[in-house]
Amino acid sequence: MDIKTLTFIVVGATFALYIGIAIWARAGSTNDFYVAGGGVPPVANGMATAADWMSAASFISMAGLISVLGYDGSVYLMGWTGGYVLLALCLAPYLRKFGKFTVPDFIGDRYYSQTARTVAVICAILVSFTYIAGQMRGVGVVFSRFLEVDITTGVLIGMAMVYFYTLLGGMKGITYTQVAQYCILAFAYTVPAVFITMQMTGHFLPQTGFGATLADGSGQYLLERLDGLSTQLGFAEYTEGTKSGIDVFAITMALMVGTAGLPHVIIRFFTVPKVSDARRSGGWALVFIAVVYTTAPAIASITKVNILNTLNGPDQQGVLYENAPSWVNTWERTGLITWEDHNEDGRMFFSNDERNEMTVDADIIVLASPEIANLPNWVVALVAAGGVAAALSTSAGLLLVISSSVSHDLLKRTLMPSITDRQELLYARIAAGVAVLIGAYFGINPPGFVAQVVAFAFGLAAASFFPAIIMGIFHKRMNSAGAIAGMVVGIVFTLSYIIYFRFVNPAADTPDNWLFGISPEGIGTVGMLLNFIVALVVLKFTKDAPAEIQEMVESIRYPKGSGAATSH
Amino acid sequence: MAFESQDHAKAYWKENLSLMLKLLSVWFIVSFGFGIILVDVLNNITFFGFKLGFWFAQQGAIYTFIVLIFIYIKQMNTLDKKYKVEEE
Repeated sequence: MDIKTLTFIVVGATFALYIGIAIWARAGSTNDFYVAGGGVPPVANGMATAADWMSAASFISMAGLISVLGYDGSVYLMGWTGGYVLLALCLAPYLRKFGKFTVPDFIGDRYYSQTARTVAVICAILVSFTYIAGQMRGVGVVFSRFLEVDITTGVLIGMAMVYFYTLLGGMKGITYTQVAQYCILAFAYTVPAVFITMQMTGHFLPQTGFGATLADGSGQYLLERLDGLSTQLGFAEYTEGTKSGIDVFAITMALMVGTAGLPHVIIRFFTVPKVSDARRSGGWALVFIAVVYTTAPAIASITKVNILNTLNGPDQQGVLYENAPSWVNTWERTGLITWEDHNEDGRMFFSNDERNEMTVDADIIVLASPEIANLPNWVVALVAAGGVAAALSTSAGLLLVISSSVSHDLLKRTLMPSITDRQELLYARIAAGVAVLIGAYFGINPPGFVAQVVAFAFGLAAASFFPAIIMGIFHKRMNSAGAIAGMVVGIVFTLSYIIYFRFVNPAADTPDNWLFGISPEGIGTVGMLLNFIVALVVLKFTKDAPAEIQEMVESIRYPKGSGAATSH
Repeated sequence: MAFESQDHAKAYWKENLSLMLKLLSVWFIVSFGFGIILVDVLNNITFFGFKLGFWFAQQGAIYTFIVLIFIYIKQMNTLDKKYKVEEE
């Protein structure tokens, strides 16, 4: 069977599965819609968190980025996993004991202030929207390649899918569909990785295989070969990288802290029955994420060697274009691979100097890796289904945050306190519908900077939510004035820095002009520090939090008497 | 007040914080220490075909993170029982 038919069957079957689960788990009450009635077991919740977390960006483009960046790509690996240590140790158990639905709920109640709540709602909506546009685009890319439809149709199909089960199921539907999605995306990611590792090194495990010796009889280590090839072809040495130490430090920190501050991840920890389960959920989530994240660097380095060998030939002299493998031609049609024969010798050549004749888009590495390694068509179809699962699961989680921020935090708690549960649920569904349409619009008409904005969402979360939540738990005298001032300064500083260097004056976006040599990707770290400093200084000159708030903070510090998450 | 006395409440929180800080120190040393600050020094050592610093940055740190969380879970459950504040 050809790839197109197989992709139809595999993606269709998985989609039917997700919808089936969503209908089976249909939400009845507002509690069910937002937090699955507080009744999801930790292992299932861990899997759902992992699916929620691993977006189209993780699945489709992370390994490709690492393949291009080499050692510098470690910022994503450490940044997007290390945040779970912060979550499990410093946030999850306490937020679960607090027992509310949303992050703005915590900020609003802990800082006894509607202003604090509103600032938090705005931050949550900002962060979630920037994210969702990228997801819609991700689904569009997968469909346009494998179903040979244009990208607009691809995005519209994805939009309809997300719309269905978010609205039908709410959180409970999403939690169990996300468990299914995790299984599919992890399977789709690891199976091709195992195949290519065995081909290249004879090792079964990708995690150890990319450090092993090559199976071509040379006895050379794979990474040694890759370093050698990279130097020879004008790329940076793969295991060394080119970013400055301080920038790698700042980006890693911003991604870690941003992970711990992302509202659609935090909300997951409200859905478990007990405080001890919230701790365990964090652990399980990281185990499931690590399956993919420890495989990614193996795919990155092995596929890089594969690409260099198939384009340049084993002797690195270039391969005749008429002998090019079929994946080069299929991806050329999407415009993501191009060849220009500068020296007119009829041979392709891929390097990072004046000899280069190829452009290879980093986003194709994962999707193309089974084709590059000549794996069977069903593996290619499976990878497409995995990409769709990753993009759908994250979009659904984000939609839920947007709909709950609007209906619960903004309408019910601020503007229209008298609405009933039923009306609140209706508004939640309307908000999700509007959000999906806006997301699809940006998916079809990306403002050209969607990918960058997705990465910046972490910096914004790091600079706004993280310090406010941490101080809310660990500094019981912290008051509303301090927290609000901190959040506003943190997010305004970070946003201005990003907008200045990326959109106002992109010509100046070089290490010489950056503050302390920190790029816009890493500036959230500085924003976070400013947030802490401003909050502590303001606290010095204003009154401590009232006694009843300090008592409440004491009570979230131990598990006993947690009960299910409640609206009020 | 779920604790038997104010002293118990203070002692519980103190033990919780000290456990947290110990684990976070390891978190910092493995990722920012071994994976970033000391990466060039550790890269002189070869570990199963990997340069050691590179291995910490792309593999080792992630495994350590998982172990840290599970140690925390186990120790906190013990601590909850010791001060009788576990959930029913």
